[in-house]
Amino acid sequence: MQESRRVGLFVTCLVDLFRPSVGFASVKLLEDAGYEVEVPMAQTCCGQPAYNSGDRADTADIARVTIETFEEYDFIVAPSGSCAGMLKKHYPSLFKGDPQWETRAAAFSEKVYELVSFLVDVAGVESVAATHRGTVTYHDSCSGLRELGIARQPRKLLGTVAGLKLEEMKDPDVCCGFGGTFCVKYPEISNKMVEEKTANIRASSAGTLLAGDLGCLMNMAGKLRREEADIKVRHVAEVLAGMDEGPAIGRERG
Amino acid sequence: MQITSPAFKENARGALADPQLQRALGHVRSGFIDKRKVAVDALPEFDALRESARAIKDHTLTHLDLYLEAYERKVEEAGGRVHWAETAEDARAIILDICRASGARTVTKGKSMITEEIGLNAFLEKEGIRPVETDLGEYIIQLRNEHPSHIIAPAVHLNRDQVETDFRHAHTHLPEERDLSEPVALLGEAREVLRSQFLAADVGITGANFLVAETGSSVIVTNEGNGDLTQTLPKVHVVVASIEKVVPTLEDLSQILRLLARSATGQEMSVYTTLSTGSRRPNDPDGPEEYHVVLIDNGRSAMLGTEFQEMLRCIRCGACMNHCPVYHAVGGHAYGWVYPGPMGAVLTPALAGLDKAGHLPNASTFCGRCEAVCPMKIPLPKMMRHWREREFERALNPAVDRYGIKVWAMFARRPRLYRLATSLAMPALALVGRRKGAFRRLPLASGWTQYRDLPAPEGRTFMQQWRDRSVSGGAEI
Repeated sequence: MQESRRVGLFVTCLVDLFRPSVGFASVKLLEDAGYEVEVPMAQTCCGQPAYNSGDRADTADIARVTIETFEEYDFIVAPSGSCAGMLKKHYPSLFKGDPQWETRAAAFSEKVYELVSFLVDVAGVESVAATHRGTVTYHDSCSGLRELGIARQPRKLLGTVAGLKLEEMKDPDVCCGFGGTFCVKYPEISNKMVEEKTANIRASSAGTLLAGDLGCLMNMAGKLRREEADIKVRHVAEVLAGMDEGPAIGRERG
Repeated sequence: MQITSPAFKENARGALADPQLQRALGHVRSGFIDKRKVAVDALPEFDALRESARAIKDHTLTHLDLYLEAYERKVEEAGGRVHWAETAEDARAIILDICRASGARTVTKGKSMITEEIGLNAFLEKEGIRPVETDLGEYIIQLRNEHPSHIIAPAVHLNRDQVETDFRHAHTHLPEERDLSEPVALLGEAREVLRSQFLAADVGITGANFLVAETGSSVIVTNEGNGDLTQTLPKVHVVVASIEKVVPTLEDLSQILRLLARSATGQEMSVYTTLSTGSRRPNDPDGPEEYHVVLIDNGRSAMLGTEFQEMLRCIRCGACMNHCPVYHAVGGHAYGWVYPGPMGAVLTPALAGLDKAGHLPNASTFCGRCEAVCPMKIPLPKMMRHWREREFERALNPAVDRYGIKVWAMFARRPRLYRLATSLAMPALALVGRRKGAFRRLPLASGWTQYRDLPAPEGRTFMQQWRDRSVSGGAEI
């Protein structure tokens, strides 16, 4: 019997809206690993903006739509530790005591993975066929790191990219200050946090900053650009897929 | 104390613009974190201990009434007295009565956050009794007429040179030319000044890190030895403790003690761990003639049985704030009440009111570092989110935030509508931002663009492009 390999790609709202190339890089990586990738059109957002604002009712409504849309797949994969963490760790808690949805949410969440950890831990990918000339540094986004234990997997695959040198920054595991709506509700504090982060990034010799979450990446890219730092910012999937030819995040599009 | 948590944003802005404070906060970021890591890495069973400690406290909280009554019996058997205080006001009145009964003019104090919580110092002063803080950090804070900015390092917001200035200002009986350039000189001077206070005090007041039901003991954990002098020299010792401090047995105590100092300062054990049980017995070489325990509820029993019960496992190590990037940015005073950092963001709304402390659980990125280091495995981000839920239910958060979320959710629940709106908006935004790749300014996005550029979208949405490729069997909607 053939092993089931149908992946439903949860694109995430930020990738969908701001950086579609990360979506295409994700599709390529999953297909290269031997999976059949589908992108159901009925997806929007994981619901974190509502969930983290205390709006449980709207979050549950959004979660129901997401579960209905994706539960037919063998795996649900997202190029974001934050959104995957929401789907995997938080959806079940939204339906505690709901006889129908509690089981559905639990079955759904079992199948959810963040992209890079899926490639390494589930698909057993050992290396990627990509080239990137230059030094990069990798920021561990909080949810991926602490909710899903993602740290080793991206570094492992980056280590197989031809020409790439990984140089760790100081405190790669400390929050960049994005925090979803936090960054606009408490802009001064968020700014202080991202300043610390960009100082550490700039103190490394890396020409490129990578991470696995677009929210954090847009925050750091926006700050680096405001500081006029000559550091390119990309989602780790772009480099792993060998699709890092286009403009970096927040850079001129010719 | 006066709560300034409603002004958290203004407090934070002030803190960020205070160069002295920012210099001092640099030490929190480096010192505590590295030391804790070394101590934790050296103890292979650290995580197993955390599990065990969590189970001990969960069990105790489930049977809190029984353990408190058992504790009370043991205290009384040992010649002590337990006073129950439902509110801060009750506690202050009880402590004042004890002080009055012994004719006290001066009381020495060991470091205690619960006495901050009940505003004891200001109250005693008003009643004509002089409280003298004997912990170095607390002593400095008292000289400056400030409040602690950290639960285990009350003066962590200050630099050495500021303390030198305070000491020269306060200790005018000492020679002006003395050298105070090293922290150890400051410590020596405080010790010298405090020595006479210890001997003059009529009552000694300490907090308690733990209360042991099995023996009726109160336990304090210190590094300076000031707590021991506070509780053994005066005729009367008053222990002020909140009800969740109780643990069932000495064995339970020893397990949790192995977590406390490692999590707090990176020590295996603090320098002094002192158990006090009752008043002085006939053959004891020293100890107080009277031993009182004031057990304070002040809002804690109302947390039992709610989604905030787990907060009562907290052993006040301070690891959460030591690892909190928001605390690192603004320091403890910005939080505006007794307890700062992540534990304060959960506890303050419970004890001082969500209407006043609503900012605190909101001012978090949910980065999860606090929960990762908490020795009692308290799910701090989850509980901050619960506060946000209560705020949302009670419509306490700003109307513009609520409305924004509702409108956004209206789209997010309806994929077709969402698709239509984003398919129109994003390409337009991309076109505007195309040349530079990012926006320096954008209407309605000033919260973002005030400090950083907003990267422009690439162009058409992923979904638009994917549908056009029509390579997928993905269901159409």
